[in-house]
Amino acid sequence: MSAPAMVDRRTFLKTATTAGGGLIVALYAPGFSAQEQTPKPDPIRPFAYIKIASDETVTIVANHSEMGQGVYTSLPMLLNEELEADWSKIRVESAPVDAVYNHPMFGLQMTGGSTTTAAEWDHYRKLGAAGRTVLVEAAAQQWKVPASSCRVEKGMVIHAATSRKASYGSLVEVASTIPVPGDVPLKQPKDFTLIGKSTRRLDTPTKTNGTAQFGIDVVIPGMMTVLIARSPVFGGKLASFDASETLQVPGVKAAVQVPSGVAVIAERFWPAKLGREKLKTKWDEGENANLSTTKMLSDFSAQSSAPGSLAKKVGDPQAALASATRKITAEYDVPYLAHAMMEPLNCVVDLRDDSCEIWTGTQFETVDRANAAKTAGLAPEKVKIHTTLLGGGFGRRANPSSDFIVEAVQVAKAAKVPVKVMWTREDDMQGGWYRPMWHDRFVAGLDADGNPVAWTHTIVGQSIMAGTPFEAFAVKDGVDSASVEGAADLLYGIPNLQVDLHSPRIGVPVQWWRSVGHSHTGFSVEAFFDEVAHAGGKDPYRLRQALLAKQPRMLAVLNLAAQKAGWGKPLPKGVGRGIATHFSFDSYVAQVIEASVEKNGNVRVHRVVCALDCGRVVNPDTVKAQMEGGINFGLTAALKTEITLENGRVQQTNFNDYPMLRMFEAPSIEVFIVPSEEKPTGVGEPSVPPVAPALVNAIFAVTGKRLRRLPIRASDLPGAGVNP
Amino acid sequence: MISFHLNGKPVQVEVDPATPLLWVLRESLGLTGTKYGCGMALCGACTVHLEGEAIRSCVAPLSRVEGKQVKTIEGLSDDLSHPLQKAWIELDVPQCGYCQSGQIMSAAILLSKIPKPTDTDIDEAMSGNICRCGTYPRIRRAIHRAAELAKDKAAADRESPVNEYSAAEAGR
Repeated sequence: MSAPAMVDRRTFLKTATTAGGGLIVALYAPGFSAQEQTPKPDPIRPFAYIKIASDETVTIVANHSEMGQGVYTSLPMLLNEELEADWSKIRVESAPVDAVYNHPMFGLQMTGGSTTTAAEWDHYRKLGAAGRTVLVEAAAQQWKVPASSCRVEKGMVIHAATSRKASYGSLVEVASTIPVPGDVPLKQPKDFTLIGKSTRRLDTPTKTNGTAQFGIDVVIPGMMTVLIARSPVFGGKLASFDASETLQVPGVKAAVQVPSGVAVIAERFWPAKLGREKLKTKWDEGENANLSTTKMLSDFSAQSSAPGSLAKKVGDPQAALASATRKITAEYDVPYLAHAMMEPLNCVVDLRDDSCEIWTGTQFETVDRANAAKTAGLAPEKVKIHTTLLGGGFGRRANPSSDFIVEAVQVAKAAKVPVKVMWTREDDMQGGWYRPMWHDRFVAGLDADGNPVAWTHTIVGQSIMAGTPFEAFAVKDGVDSASVEGAADLLYGIPNLQVDLHSPRIGVPVQWWRSVGHSHTGFSVEAFFDEVAHAGGKDPYRLRQALLAKQPRMLAVLNLAAQKAGWGKPLPKGVGRGIATHFSFDSYVAQVIEASVEKNGNVRVHRVVCALDCGRVVNPDTVKAQMEGGINFGLTAALKTEITLENGRVQQTNFNDYPMLRMFEAPSIEVFIVPSEEKPTGVGEPSVPPVAPALVNAIFAVTGKRLRRLPIRASDLPGAGVNP
Repeated sequence: MISFHLNGKPVQVEVDPATPLLWVLRESLGLTGTKYGCGMALCGACTVHLEGEAIRSCVAPLSRVEGKQVKTIEGLSDDLSHPLQKAWIELDVPQCGYCQSGQIMSAAILLSKIPKPTDTDIDEAMSGNICRCGTYPRIRRAIHRAAELAKDKAAADRESPVNEYSAAEAGR
């Protein structure tokens, strides 16, 4: 398989930030030309993003993928705030792969890191402003009046003095020949008419009548449907196979070896599935055949008792611990997790001698094109990717090795016909690229007043970047920043802090999963903080307040959540209240959860109050929706799911043994957004990390039991329940 | 050859009758609004109506629908006029949208049986449909809203019996 080709996205972000303006990132990345990698924010090319038709329809090109987060509406909102076309005429389409569509911070075309709005905040408004400027100029030239005497309204340029009007559609041809001015001033926020107003999503109608097109819905002429028999163990190689019975299934055309296994090529899905069931395969399972998460759990715990690579040190934590009045130690565990998007992976490929056309839901277009081109033996510009709607992404569709796309190109090469490679739910769930399993060990020291004066945190878990060609670049001094995010950048004012990291190499492919490293640090840090507060005899909200005194934005969301939740007010018998905060993707979130435990140990979550500061908000209703969705996503991780391995085999297969939160379990959620004039920050991920800790803290409040391992099991709470 | 009625129109397909209806709808008949999620009746993404009941088409063999009435999301309305579609749009329920055809088809059967459902009714009717994006709070609100819209419409229909919606329904 071709080399993974991506650097850690936080590294991108840091590089971009230090570069000033966030627009210049030059990276060494094999397989990418400098032209592909270097963002091209200037000159602004409005008509690469704005297509105005003679019927006045304005199609805005989205350079980020729509996977539910609402960017197919918020990006047009940003652009049209300045363009001022008639909003009812706005359409949206996905961008082809081209450097002009690169992520302004990362220098690659991609969607991830909760960065779309933050990255495009200026860019899309500038595109709209540039487009408007040349449209006005075109009208002014036609009318021989100064452009400054014209104004725009709902897709019309208007010259009031002479009562003349011209539509954008009538002007665009001339406008597109006019040089775009270098620096067009943007509106003052007080003049915004779209930004900050809840605006209905443009994609909702197609998502209520079945016409929205996802990758799985793509059909191209002559296409065969393919399922692949893959190794039952990660990294295993095909030793031999017997397809004689497979080939007897009506509709099966062929069974061919590909690098990942055997491709069963059929006219349709069902014969492909029946054919694969009849296939006999033998595998050289290799070194991962003994992998066991049970063993890893104890290995990780053992490793955590020795210090790892230093990620952060403030003050003298060891001395502070030695002189502390009281020490508290706790260990936390979280499992591997599958992304489990509702749409299982799929990819359509039409490979010809000198071209390759791909239809798929992806978050990683530039990387995918390079990897597909390498696989096909073509130049990148010969590869065309159509980004469809994504039936969920959560990070899985931004794979550094483009696994599901490269494999589909390999199948197309072998099949010599257009193919749709589909993954069953079981394929998807067992296919790896999980959120890493992590172990977190803490020691805190308290002074005589019960205040924490020392905090050490040892993390054990696979590095997402390890084993890629970018390890040397992305991992500094043995520390992958994604492994320690949310821990090394602790906001609490604790004078002595140490965070260190062990990154064991394990043959389970791992990847970013909605909130990445924060998905374990949010849990462990905030649950342990509760332990510290309790040990010191402090109210967990008040201790957070005290230690966030120098963090005004976090303090504000903490206070808002506590106030809205009625912190301190009596609850019904059997219901507990827990609180947690977390800073991630440059956004501040606090949550208060009310929960109870039934007699059988089952946890019921009744209410979640969430406060958020994500800077300036573009589409408030979408932000609320992301908070609601992220909270339910976080509850699934807290209460339901784990990927385990024994004998190298993933134990889970489908939603029966990897269950999702369902309607009857979904709590009441209240979201409060702190008004802000700061630049926009992340929204898609930051609501996930505080969920699990707020929940276990609530369970402690009502049962007195500390839960330090996810998912929460009824068996962890024997007899703890009090039915309210 | 299997014959049935799909969204009010007769269809005939020449497919192995053991094939799940889901794949016949999606691949043989080109109606891709009905989604594959699990293949085991665990997630509800493939929910369609068979003779007015919600079924999971991923586990329903084609033979089961012979001679019967099947309705998919494409048959709910021609113009987004179904109260559930209106409510879904009004409240911007979908995120990724992949599960929503199934959610709406399950909700449609709920409303056909219980025009004004309680939260408990919604829990019971909708807990077979998974949404990984976690849109449950909005699905719940939108079902309540659709119930209101349907009631308003029923009242309006009593005053003016001929309207687009009933005409469209009658045409099926």
